[in-house]
Amino acid sequence: MWSLSHIANEIHTWLSNTFNPTWTLVIEMVLAGVAVIGLFAALGLVLVLMERRVAAWIQIRLGPNRVGPLGLLQSLADTLKLIVKEGLTPDGADKVMFNVAPFIAMIVAMLLMAPIAFAKDFQLWDLNIGVLFVTAVSSIMVISILMAGWSSNNKYSLMGAMRSGAQIVSYELSAGLSIMTIVVLTGSLQVSDIIHSQGNGWWIFKGHLPVWIAFITFMIAVTAETNRAPFDLAEAESELTAGFHTEYSGMKFALFFLAEYINVFIVCAIGATLFLGGWMPLHFGSNNAFNDAMDYIPSSIWFFGKTFCLIFLIMWFRWTFPRLRIDQLLNLEWKYLLPISMINLLLTTAMAILGWHF
Amino acid sequence: MFLTDYIKDVTGAVKSLATGMKRTLYYFTHHKEIITQEYPDNRDTLVLPERFKGEVVMPHDEKNEHRCTGCTACELACPNGTIKVITKFDISPEGKKKKAIDKLVYHLELCTMCNLCVEACPSDAIKMAQTFEHSVYDRKQLTKILNHPGSKIMEGVE
Amino acid sequence: MYRETEIIKEATPGSNGEAGVFTINVGPQHPATHGVLHLVITLSGETILKVEPHLGYIHRSIEKMCESLTYRQFIYVTSRMDYLSAHINNHACALCVEKGMQIEVPPRAQVIRVLMDELTRIASHELWWGAMAMDLGAFTPFFHAFRERESINDIMEETCGARLTMNYMVPGGVMQDIHPNFQNRVKEFLRLYKRKIHEYDELVTGNIIFQNRMKGIGLLTPEDAVSYGCSGPTARGSGVSSDIRKVLPYEIYDKLEFDEVLETGCDSFARYVVRIREMQQSIRIIEQLIDTIPEGDFQAKTKAVLKLPKGEFYTRVETARGELGVYIVSEGGTTPYRIKFRSPGFSNLSVLDHIARGSKIGDLVAMMGTLDLVIPDIDR
Repeated sequence: MWSLSHIANEIHTWLSNTFNPTWTLVIEMVLAGVAVIGLFAALGLVLVLMERRVAAWIQIRLGPNRVGPLGLLQSLADTLKLIVKEGLTPDGADKVMFNVAPFIAMIVAMLLMAPIAFAKDFQLWDLNIGVLFVTAVSSIMVISILMAGWSSNNKYSLMGAMRSGAQIVSYELSAGLSIMTIVVLTGSLQVSDIIHSQGNGWWIFKGHLPVWIAFITFMIAVTAETNRAPFDLAEAESELTAGFHTEYSGMKFALFFLAEYINVFIVCAIGATLFLGGWMPLHFGSNNAFNDAMDYIPSSIWFFGKTFCLIFLIMWFRWTFPRLRIDQLLNLEWKYLLPISMINLLLTTAMAILGWHF
Repeated sequence: MFLTDYIKDVTGAVKSLATGMKRTLYYFTHHKEIITQEYPDNRDTLVLPERFKGEVVMPHDEKNEHRCTGCTACELACPNGTIKVITKFDISPEGKKKKAIDKLVYHLELCTMCNLCVEACPSDAIKMAQTFEHSVYDRKQLTKILNHPGSKIMEGVE
Repeated sequence: MYRETEIIKEATPGSNGEAGVFTINVGPQHPATHGVLHLVITLSGETILKVEPHLGYIHRSIEKMCESLTYRQFIYVTSRMDYLSAHINNHACALCVEKGMQIEVPPRAQVIRVLMDELTRIASHELWWGAMAMDLGAFTPFFHAFRERESINDIMEETCGARLTMNYMVPGGVMQDIHPNFQNRVKEFLRLYKRKIHEYDELVTGNIIFQNRMKGIGLLTPEDAVSYGCSGPTARGSGVSSDIRKVLPYEIYDKLEFDEVLETGCDSFARYVVRIREMQQSIRIIEQLIDTIPEGDFQAKTKAVLKLPKGEFYTRVETARGELGVYIVSEGGTTPYRIKFRSPGFSNLSVLDHIARGSKIGDLVAMMGTLDLVIPDIDR
């Protein structure tokens, strides 16, 4: 059967037969890098278009419909515009930090791609602490934002960066705790283990109320972590014009923009992996006929379908809610989300020990 | 009690957010509510109301005759100096001198479409047209002469 | 920076301008100022110590321009002050000229004027609602508000010939009779509005984030509202009865049944609720009048050249933003000797520094939203 892992194996066999093992490894790494960059570009184009369509339909508009059939080439045109634009560096800016910041944002996003399983047996690096790796690396994101805000020599940028620092640091706690609930249930930090544990049903169905609460907390926390509305205080265009990327233009701005969408994709992919079974098809206990029917749908379609559903959820949040204030944002985390997810983690642990889940 | 209040707070908040999301989901799925008009494409079917104030025009009949007597009421009524009436003296067949307009110069770039000139005109010589695509590449094209070349005043209009 | 050291010294007694206090320029080009208002904000971290508005970026000297225009001509210029309630501005000027000339306005014209005023008020509040939600970061209400506003604009376009700067009021009545379709179109709008009204609560008013952003911030006590000269919904949100339509009724407002909307919350949310409820009162007025427009002339017979007698004349009306006063000094000629407009936005803006001190930047944007500032109205 055609599948992504099949193609990967074919390539690997061919390379191993043609070159020695060292060269095979080098070529495979280059291929993986190219694939990740290609995926980035494709995701950027698709997600921007999707966001604009979702926004338009919610706002009783038509959305992009001029460039290409049904406006499908709109984001390509936008990219072209951004490439052609001049990338200004302000006079008073710290030139090195200012120019490096957007690349750090991209590098973080790239690193996060590593442990994500896109399809059955199709994963860049199935390291044994996959989930921990994701939580650790994603917090480097805040450094690029702080660098951008500080080096711009602009008060708006600085305020956006400081807001974003406070926000990401606090929301990481509840995001981490809700990830922990699944780790407790699975007993492993490895992504492939977590996915295989959902072979007889996704955690969101097996785990009763605690997993639901963890899922909701996770979605709220990652929305805040990726600086998306209603938690887009780092940008807050009605207050801080554009927050930390006020001074950026051209391709450097585009990199921040792209990194935001890539991060949204990654956190949704992780949410789909942990709670909705990743590439695992929808299975119910011992209903074999149903399970077999579900297995016919390729695993990559399952993965991308689930991820895009979660992405839609995050976009839906953005176009519905007003923005929070900075103190309310921190209140929400420290007074509501953190206590709830801590108690929830206790509940889940009890549930896992007593074996109450399916 | 503290705990019940806390839980009530949380459920109330979630409920209020869910109502908003339900409303936006309704619009996301109901595309017939979309009110966008695709303007340059719908130019053929676009109907403006007959009172729409687009620009001042002077209607001429098929004999190239207008109703303007050159009384300058519109020029006086205009708050912006948009209209300039240049008069001349026609010699009628009987040899009498008669005042008539030579040119009625209209500066579209100064006009605010306030309709005061049309109201002021005693002989209904000018009216508002329903055009609105006025942009041109040269400012000079916005200065218009409203009476057609060779036109003369209609019989019986004083 | 703008006189940075003085502001800091003034704002923070004893600090002498060190340690974390800084100024920031909001505007004249800023998404939240809805025009060219320039605010110099002194901040300590995110907390506002002082707000200093700088005006004049869109000053067109409308008052001086009016001195060279005749009493028929000057009315159209006032549409450009508070462009969202253009009808009501024109109405105020027409009323002042009528007062000076002792012109009796026919009943039909009076009813048409009131109908147009109330439609304008609804349209203005619709736009305010959308823009305010956008200030708070919710984009969707903006487009939903424009749907209802669009149908009012269509009604205006059909009857007055323009969508925003109609110039429909003339001394002695209105410029043209209403369009034959007018009543049907207005009823159609009322139906649309009633079908959609619950969405305002679902999307914005009931939203927990919105309520937390609005409740308890921007406190304006009734005493301060009076002493700063606030009017309109800004004052009524603090429980100060200031509706000119009730206090000093003009046209036929004394014969109509409607309530003066008063809220006692004194905060941003109270001001918000006042405007939402005011839209419903305007709907009530329109419903009373739409089927009973009296027959007759739409314009009183006036002389071709209007000359106000020597003296001073003052009228005031309730615009969507508050009390608009028109003060004309006449020397007996065809043009006014001096015109002064008392615009509601100017007084309402002056209160911003008072209510914003001690709150966060995000709240400042929300407060400016609830004050409903229209910058050309403030600068004139």
